Amino acid sequence: MENLQLKRRLRNYLPKLPMDLLKIAMMLVFVFPFYWMVITSFKPYIESIQTPPTLWPVTFTFENYETIFSSSVNVWQYAQNTVVVTLSVIVLQLAIMIPAAYGFAKRNFPLKGLLFGVVLVAFMIPGQITYITTYLMFSKARLINSLWPQILPFGANAFGIFMLRQAFKQLPDEIVESARLDGAGELKIMFQIMLPMCKSSIITIAMFSFVDTWNSYFWPLVMTNSEQYRPLTMYVEKIRDVEQGLDWSLIMSANCLLVLPVLIVFIFASKKIIQAFAYNGMK
Amino acid sequence: MAKIEFRNVTKSFDKTTIIENMNLTIEDGSFTVLVGPSGCGKTTLLRMIAGIGPATSGQVLMDGKDITDLEPGKRDVAMVFQNYAIYPTMTVRGNIEFGLKNRGVPKEERTRRILDVARSVGMVEYLDRKPSTLSGGQRQRIALARAMVKQPKVFLMDEPLSNLDAKLRVSMRTELIEMHRQLKTTFVYVTHDQVEAMSMADRIVLMDKGRIQQQASPETLYRDPENVFAAQFVGTPPMNILLMRNGKRLGFRPESVQLASEPSEDPFCRAGEIVTREMLGSETLYKLRMGTDTIMIKSGDDSYRMGDKLFALVPASKLFFFNEDGQRIRPGSGADMNALIRTVRGENLD
Repeated sequence: MENLQLKRRLRNYLPKLPMDLLKIAMMLVFVFPFYWMVITSFKPYIESIQTPPTLWPVTFTFENYETIFSSSVNVWQYAQNTVVVTLSVIVLQLAIMIPAAYGFAKRNFPLKGLLFGVVLVAFMIPGQITYITTYLMFSKARLINSLWPQILPFGANAFGIFMLRQAFKQLPDEIVESARLDGAGELKIMFQIMLPMCKSSIITIAMFSFVDTWNSYFWPLVMTNSEQYRPLTMYVEKIRDVEQGLDWSLIMSANCLLVLPVLIVFIFASKKIIQAFAYNGMK
Repeated sequence: MAKIEFRNVTKSFDKTTIIENMNLTIEDGSFTVLVGPSGCGKTTLLRMIAGIGPATSGQVLMDGKDITDLEPGKRDVAMVFQNYAIYPTMTVRGNIEFGLKNRGVPKEERTRRILDVARSVGMVEYLDRKPSTLSGGQRQRIALARAMVKQPKVFLMDEPLSNLDAKLRVSMRTELIEMHRQLKTTFVYVTHDQVEAMSMADRIVLMDKGRIQQQASPETLYRDPENVFAAQFVGTPPMNILLMRNGKRLGFRPESVQLASEPSEDPFCRAGEIVTREMLGSETLYKLRMGTDTIMIKSGDDSYRMGDKLFALVPASKLFFFNEDGQRIRPGSGADMNALIRTVRGENLD
């Protein structure tokens, strides 16, 4: 009896096996570089460059992390810049994005279509096109080499406005009307009624902005020239830049530190992100 | 309690005019039902009272005060929406409390009033639950409680029962009638369902294409329709309307027809054949084909079968006449009536 059941289960499973194997292979492709980064960060320098490479550290060491925190280069200054810039960008984006998206989704005003078109155009234009003009603008304003040019150009998030507008649009108008009849003002409707209903979308958008800003490298490189205003990504670049060649284990330790917060945020937000993309409508 | 008046109200969306120059008075304390087919403008009227779809021109008055441009929150009205429009992220208590908080009602009074209405709609034990965990009927009750707690002058209801199953709808109907009797507030209720309108209203405003076709009590609307539209909107099945050779129309209700195997002296007496038969329990619906015309008959007698050849008889007192435009002809004198009946008898000869 049990044998029969096992056979049946096996027969049902067999057609799914190739797909599962493919999934495992795909997962390995994505996970392996990450795994490599983590184990290299715990290897001593010599082991990190030896051939053939070891799949698990023979000598497990925290030496690289100690070096990072005890070196003359102030890693905390870089980290602080990254945190300040990232948080400011997210706060600014939310402050601009939420009212804009609410307006486009639930209010009527003159030139609404045209203005939304402008937002979409901003969403479609590649960032690279605006680099030089933005640089010149900040240069004229004498804001180069500060945290401002790393924050202000990213204050309005066209993709976020677009996505949040879609989320707001899916909510029934009657809820807004009901709140108006309940005597709530627009701010109250926006923050107490609409926002909690679109939490998933907001967390997702904030998450994307977080990853984008946290990992930004090119823009701060262009806009700053002193350690005082540079982010963590540039710290990694800085420790690469040594005379005796590349210390991979040290670089990987710095990379680990760089991605750790992103990873933590992802773990907490992943459920919300899935919800935001697989929106199942209001019942 | 409040009386509502519409004075020359027009409502247009872009270039389409939904309601043109409408004048309507909704009496204080009445249970008025706005009824009509989809797109007739009934919800538009309701939204004007609520202030969430203001009139394009004209005035809306409440107790004589012009409220045309007053904000919805300041109107002292409460509305129950078709999809309930409950705030899904708040608890039942939060939903009921929201309007009171916005009006600055003190906490103790809020708690007392919430408990009172929750008790009256039977939702006390659900106060701390989220709406997503409740059934359709329970959500409906929250929507009602949320409206009641504000103690408004006017209750507006936009097809509030249409999302409920048939059984629950019937029981909620009685509860709403009961609620109106207790609160003695003005109720304005929108529906496209004539049964709902007839069973709940003490005044029905029948609308079509943005115009009021008739406003009357349910009894008057059934017994004394003003036009073909009103005659056919009320009653299941609707009134039989037959075109006469002089262009006028003859009407009679399916329940006014008598079936007989022999002709009689009744003014309407025509032979026909039963083509369908629907047994509904206490009564049976027959479809009778008489030459090119077909009529519906509602009868307590279920003994007839399909294919039976019978006479349909209607007495003079049950006949209605309408002119070419569908407006009711009310014979002023006996002579007028006799002339009309002669026409009907003439038709019988066909």
